[in-house]
Amino acid sequence: MINKNLITLSTLASSLLLAPMAQAAEFEASGYVGFEWREYLQEGQFDNAQVSQADRQYGLLAEPELVWSVADGRHTIVFKPFARIDNEDPERTHGDIRELSWLTYGDDWEVVAGISKVYWGVTESQHLVDVVNQTDFVEAPDGEDKLGQPMVKLTLLRDWGTLTGFVLPGFRERTFSGEEGRFRPALEIDTDRAQYEAGEEDAHVDYAVRWSHTLEDYDVGLSWFNGTSRDPMLFVDLQNPTKLTPYYAQINQFGADIQATLDSWLWKFEAIYRSYNEALMDDFDQLKQLGLVSQSVEDYSAATAGFEYTYYSPFETNWDIGVLTEYQYDSREDGQVAIGQNDVFLGSRIAFNDAESSEVLLGFIQDLDSRDTQNFIIEMSTRIGRSVKLNVDVFLPMSDDASNVSSQFERDDYIQVGFNYYY
Amino acid sequence: MNAFVKLTASLATAIALMTGLNAHAELTLEGLSAEEQGLAIAKERKARDIGWGDSASSVIMTLRNSQGEESIREMRMQSLEIADDGDKGLTIFDTPKDVKGTAFLNFSHISKSDDQWLYLPALKRVKRISSRNKSGPFMGSEFAYEDLSSFEIEKYTFKFLAEEKVNGLDCYKIEQIPTDKHSGYTRQVAWLDKEHFRGQKVDFYDRKKSLLKTLTLSDYKLYLGKYWRPLKMDMLNHQTQKSTELNTTELAFNTGLKDSDFNKATLKRAR
Repeated sequence: MINKNLITLSTLASSLLLAPMAQAAEFEASGYVGFEWREYLQEGQFDNAQVSQADRQYGLLAEPELVWSVADGRHTIVFKPFARIDNEDPERTHGDIRELSWLTYGDDWEVVAGISKVYWGVTESQHLVDVVNQTDFVEAPDGEDKLGQPMVKLTLLRDWGTLTGFVLPGFRERTFSGEEGRFRPALEIDTDRAQYEAGEEDAHVDYAVRWSHTLEDYDVGLSWFNGTSRDPMLFVDLQNPTKLTPYYAQINQFGADIQATLDSWLWKFEAIYRSYNEALMDDFDQLKQLGLVSQSVEDYSAATAGFEYTYYSPFETNWDIGVLTEYQYDSREDGQVAIGQNDVFLGSRIAFNDAESSEVLLGFIQDLDSRDTQNFIIEMSTRIGRSVKLNVDVFLPMSDDASNVSSQFERDDYIQVGFNYYY
Repeated sequence: MNAFVKLTASLATAIALMTGLNAHAELTLEGLSAEEQGLAIAKERKARDIGWGDSASSVIMTLRNSQGEESIREMRMQSLEIADDGDKGLTIFDTPKDVKGTAFLNFSHISKSDDQWLYLPALKRVKRISSRNKSGPFMGSEFAYEDLSSFEIEKYTFKFLAEEKVNGLDCYKIEQIPTDKHSGYTRQVAWLDKEHFRGQKVDFYDRKKSLLKTLTLSDYKLYLGKYWRPLKMDMLNHQTQKSTELNTTELAFNTGLKDSDFNKATLKRAR
């Protein structure tokens, strides 16, 4: 089904492009295919008589990128599909169009139309400001993988900064593990029955504006988003009581991000203010009284602030050793609601600057309100030969505190080895 | 305004070249101290490289370890000359394939630290990075970032050492001591040929003052009738026996690049 759609789309894209401008078009194909082996260190937390959560997952993945470029790159069409096959969790076997977009530009403007991805923000431990693309959560629990988002994006480059306006037709639901997968709550999340605050449901058109500018050593950004929240709230629908139903509310979000780059120091700050409709907050208060949701809904603010300091060539090596510290704040004090409400992230990024581009990232997050809640991550990568990248990831979520939202992942510790072949 | 300054500068260079084909070869060094002689030679080298405007090139970098094992990096570089400041540069990586599409934007400055951004295509993220890392290896090679930045008088103090023959050419031998305390070198010794003031060879001395690397520049080609560019640069690390060869396979000037092509907002579309 997915494959068929992809083929149709690619044929469409190529015929659209190649027909009128065949003589001037340049075509380039690249991408990767990968194999992943993930081993969980503990039995699933929610194993029962009917269901046992995966103890080991194998994945085959592919992400080709096809680029047609016309008139010296004045017009570019990019098609980047993605697919994963997982041996255990049917929800993790999935495909997505990461990009299918047309780009054109002039001296002081740029237009992108189609499915695409944007990134906003500066911090490392969480990405509060970055709200345009939905998280592809089945890919990895760190939320760094994103789904393609339909958009029309107009950028204006001016002396006073870069102004970008977005029209976002069409909403993407977050992906969640199935009942045999990991990184899920006690009840399975039913992604086939998502509910929406907006009458148009996933056809609601969202809008966003972002201004960004560089003032000497400071890179600043201000953003506004209005539309369907990418973060679902989970509730028990009495029509479907054995599962959790995702609910996507309408939000208004203001964001700010600043990075000061001062010698070896990068000082980073992100903050958001998110508000909901009054009627929705009242509805959720009632649901909470009935015990159908664990969380109430309130307007809130959140922030991440910290620094990254890098030692260059220490101890007579060629290494770069970066030290990162970030503090995460959320005005919602309930540990059931927000993950980063009063947490500290400590990390180190080591680049060995060798021919194989070897790197190690170590990270540790401690919840200051819950002594028993912390996460530990290691990410290592190096190149084998010319075209193969080896990735080793270790993720150890630790939370013995049942009142904390992280406790549902407590036994999902894993080690993952991945090989990606690039072409 | 900038255009006018550039035009004046290039006119001045052109006149200087026309009137002084012989005078250059006999740059008057008599009666000057060794430091003044070194500075005069460096100024002449810089003066001959003003007014080139913009350029685009394709480069293949071959890394070799002490066993002779090779690793290849291919990249494209675009440069824009900025009057009275350092150049702007954009580097787009094509291989290794896993870093394909990664782009590096650099605004170099004479009197303050450079501004640098890195575009990571997998995340679609543009990151401002610290430019403090002058002495670190560029893409795992034997070239440090500072070896690849544009030549500016303000970056060194100079001293004329001798006249010697290198690569079969009569050369000025000059000592260059970096003024930046973050430089990885205590000193450099450079040989410039007396006819065209082109770098022929550079020795780099590390922080412990021992010989670290030697750069040999060759295959010089003349562009726009007055700008010499080495199409081959070999860097040998004497301490590790690793080496890096940098070959320019394509180079063009007056490519129509503008200031707006060097912007962190448009870095995302660099291909």
